[in-house]
Amino acid sequence: MNEIIKITDLKRIFKVGNEDVHALNGVSFSIEEGEFVSIMGTSGSGKSTLLNILGCLDRPTSGDYKIDGVSISNLSKKELSTLRNRKIGFIFQNYNLLARTTALENVELPLMYNSSISAKERHERAIEALKAVGLENRMMHEPNQLSGGQQQRVAIARALINDPVILLADEATGNLDTRTSYEIMSLFQDLHDKGKTIAFVTHEPDIAVFTTRTIKLRDGNIIEDKAVETQSAAEALRNYKEFKI
Amino acid sequence: MNILNLIKIAIRALLRNKSRAFLTMLGIIIGIASVITMVSLGQSSTNNVREQLSSMGSNMIMVMPGEQRRGGVNMGSSNAKSLDEKDFHMLEQNVRYVTAISPYVTSSAQLVFGSNNHPGSIQGVAPNYLGIRTYKLESGIMFSDEDVKKFNKVCVIGQTVVKDLFTNGENPIGQTVRFGSIPMKVIGVLESKGQSQMGQDQDDVVLVPYTTVQKRFLAINHFHMFFASATSEEESELAATEITYILRNTHHIGKNDDDDFEVRTMEELLTTVSSVTQLLTVLLTAIAAISLIVGGIGIMNIMYVTVTERTKEIGLRMAIGAQNRDIMMQFLSESVILSLIGGLIGIVLGLLLSFVLSKVLQWPFMVSQGAIAISFLVCSATGIFFGWYPAKKAANLDPIAALRYE
Repeated sequence: MNEIIKITDLKRIFKVGNEDVHALNGVSFSIEEGEFVSIMGTSGSGKSTLLNILGCLDRPTSGDYKIDGVSISNLSKKELSTLRNRKIGFIFQNYNLLARTTALENVELPLMYNSSISAKERHERAIEALKAVGLENRMMHEPNQLSGGQQQRVAIARALINDPVILLADEATGNLDTRTSYEIMSLFQDLHDKGKTIAFVTHEPDIAVFTTRTIKLRDGNIIEDKAVETQSAAEALRNYKEFKI
Repeated sequence: MNILNLIKIAIRALLRNKSRAFLTMLGIIIGIASVITMVSLGQSSTNNVREQLSSMGSNMIMVMPGEQRRGGVNMGSSNAKSLDEKDFHMLEQNVRYVTAISPYVTSSAQLVFGSNNHPGSIQGVAPNYLGIRTYKLESGIMFSDEDVKKFNKVCVIGQTVVKDLFTNGENPIGQTVRFGSIPMKVIGVLESKGQSQMGQDQDDVVLVPYTTVQKRFLAINHFHMFFASATSEEESELAATEITYILRNTHHIGKNDDDDFEVRTMEELLTTVSSVTQLLTVLLTAIAAISLIVGGIGIMNIMYVTVTERTKEIGLRMAIGAQNRDIMMQFLSESVILSLIGGLIGIVLGLLLSFVLSKVLQWPFMVSQGAIAISFLVCSATGIFFGWYPAKKAANLDPIAALRYE
C-alpha cells in the first residue's frame, strides 16, 4: 500500500507570551491510500493543529511530514499553496461556500488557481463532481437556496474537483442534524469505497464509527490508534428513518 | 489565475454591493467629470479666441506710435505724431516678410443721409486694407490708388452704417452721404463680420482714402497707425522684428534708446488672451485633482472594509490553493475596476457637461483626447495606489486565522 501521509515525531509549539504551549508533542503515524481515518479528541487536544499541518496551512516546529512522498518542511509558501491546490481537498464545518455564487462556480474555484486547466475542462469537471455528490439538479443554485446538507455536498464536490490524494474534513457534520449527518457520512463512505483517502476530524464517537480507523489525541499526544469495526451510514440512516416513523 | 478570471471575479464582487460600489465611485466620477469639463472648456475658449482673432486676420500686424518723452516728460502716445509718410514709404520699399501695409488715420464724424444719421468715425486707409483686415466687399468696389492720390471723396461702408443710414432699404451704392459738411459718394458695401473678441462692432466702419482724411478732415501729415499683413502667421514675429528695425533706422533711434512706436502682432494678443484661460484651466484642474485624491481615499476605505468583510473568503481561497499574489491581484483588480468604471462614467458625464456648456456659451465643442487618456491613466493609478495597501493586507492574512475569523 502507498503511504499518502507519513508524519514522524511531529511537534508544534506556540509561543503565548513567555510560555511555550506544546500543541503537538511528538506525534507519529501514517495514513495509507484508501484509508478512512477519524481523528478524535476534545478541544485543546491538538487535533485542529494537526489538521492545519496535514492541510499544509501550517508548518511543524520540528519533525517531518510527508504527503504523497513530498516532505513539506523545506517548501516555500508558494509551493505549499500549489501543494494544497493539487493534492488536498478541504471540507469545513461551516461549508465556506462563496455567497451569491452558484454551486457550479463554487465547485470550480480550486481549478481557477490551476492555470494548466482550461475553462472548458474546469466546467466539465465541476459538473462531474456535482453529479458525484448527487447535486446535478442544483448546479445553478446559490448557497442561500440550498439546505445545510446540500451546501456540505457542494463543499465536498469542491474538495473532489482537483482529484486530491487526501480529503481533509474538519467536523464536516458538526453543523448538521443527525439525519443529514448520516447522509453525509454515507456519501463519505461511498467516496471511500471508490478508493478515496479521507482524514475526518470529529469529536463525536457516533460519527467515528463510520470510519475504518480512529486516532485519538489528548494534550498533544496520540493516546489511541486502532481499527474500527465500521458501521454502514446508509444502514444507520435507514434505521433512523424507521425509528422516526 | 488569468486576467479574464480576475476581472470576472472582481466585477461579481462589486455587483454584490451595487450601491456601495456606486457611492465609492462617486468621488472618482466627480473628479474625472470636472477634469474633462475644465480641460474641454479651456480648449474651447482658447480655440474660440483663436478663431475670432484670426477672423481679424491672424497674420495682422499693428504699428502704433509709442509713448514719447521730451526732456523726461512722458507725453503719452495719443498725440504722438511719430508715424508719417516717410515711414510708410520706407516700410513699403524694404519689408520682405510683409505682403501688404496700409496707413490708418481716423476721425470722428457724424454721418448723415437724408433724415438719418449715425455717430461714428471714419477710417482713412489704403486700398489693400481690405485684405489686411480680411474684409470682403458685398457689393460695389473698393476705392483705388487713384482715389488715394486725388483725395477723392469716396467711401466704403460696413453693415451697421448701412442699417442706420439707409432705413428704407435704398441701395447704398451711388448715394451721397455727408460727414459733417463734406459729402461723400458710397462706392462699396462690406460683408458683415460681427463682433470682435474685444467686443467691437467690426461692421461699424467707414473706409475712405487715407489722404482724404488727412487733407480734407484733419489737415495733418502723420498717421495714427499702420496695419500690415505678414507673409504668414508663423512669420509675423519675423515681420514685426523687420518693421521695428526699419522704423528705428528711419527714426534715427540710438542703440540704447527706446522705440517711439510699438509693433503688435496678433500672436502676442492671442498669447495674452489664452494665458488667462490657461491659468484658469490649471486652477480648476488642480481642484479636480484634489477631488480625485478624495475619491481615491474613498476607494481605499471601502477596500479595507471589503477585505475585513471577506476575511473568511480569503482564508478559503488560500486553503484551496490561492497564492498571496492571487489574493493581492484579486483585490487590486477590484479597486482598479472600481476606479476605472468611475472614470468611464466621469468621462461620459464630463463630455456631456462640456457639450452642453459649450452650446450655452456658443463656443466650439472640443473633445480633448489627451484629457481622456490622462483620465484613464490617473484612474488606473488611483485604483492601484489606493488599493495597494488593502490588497497587501488581504494577501498577508494567515489562512488559518482567516478561516477561523467570524
